[in-house]
Amino acid sequence: MKSIKLDATIENLTEVLLFIDKQLMSENVGIRTKMAIDVAVEELYVNIARYAYAPNVGEAEIIVDVQDNPKACEITFIDSGIPYDPLKKEDPDVNLPAEERQIGGLGIFMVKKSMDDMRYEYKDNKNILTIRKVL
Amino acid sequence: MLNINKTKEADKMTVALEGRLDTTTAPELEASLKEDLDGVAQLVIDIEKLEYISSAGLRVLLAAQKTMNKQGSMVVAHPNEVISEIFEVTGFCDILTIE
Repeated sequence: MKSIKLDATIENLTEVLLFIDKQLMSENVGIRTKMAIDVAVEELYVNIARYAYAPNVGEAEIIVDVQDNPKACEITFIDSGIPYDPLKKEDPDVNLPAEERQIGGLGIFMVKKSMDDMRYEYKDNKNILTIRKVL
Repeated sequence: MLNINKTKEADKMTVALEGRLDTTTAPELEASLKEDLDGVAQLVIDIEKLEYISSAGLRVLLAAQKTMNKQGSMVVAHPNEVISEIFEVTGFCDILTIE
């Protein structure tokens, strides 16, 4: 299990993605799976960077756990910002025409669609959000 | 990293994208389009060399589509297989004209 702790800023997104990619490098992850994981990490991390501590800056911790049997990876996001459960967010209507489409909620929807599991808990004043993807 | 390569011919503009369209690079594309969309009736966004798109990128494509609905047409050309899948899951394959 590897983890990284950093200021939750948009500028640090690249560093977060590099950290994730490094953990998965030796796992022979297909391009499709890798992109799904990157998108999920970006959406969840950017949510923390934008909203968890706004207008201040706070810390985010990201833990990557690569498992065997079955081969999977679990990525956990921890922040001490305002309590927020993204699983409660209503899915957007993806059948609406362009003029009526609202982009809000699309990121979380993409995460839900592409990950095999997603769980949230609020514990010790911390948001703890874990996604799981079978590799 | 995102490279934006614009070519204009009369009222047709082609915008070729290369690299990643994510939270950090999407504002660059948004600003770049805003600058040049005046008077454009045909917009082609060529994403053959685009490797990655997140919801921030989709947001810019949706905004461009809404603008072009008022003044002409827009085509998103040559998405790779993985990006095509994202367009499908998000319903963007019905909003955008993908070729």
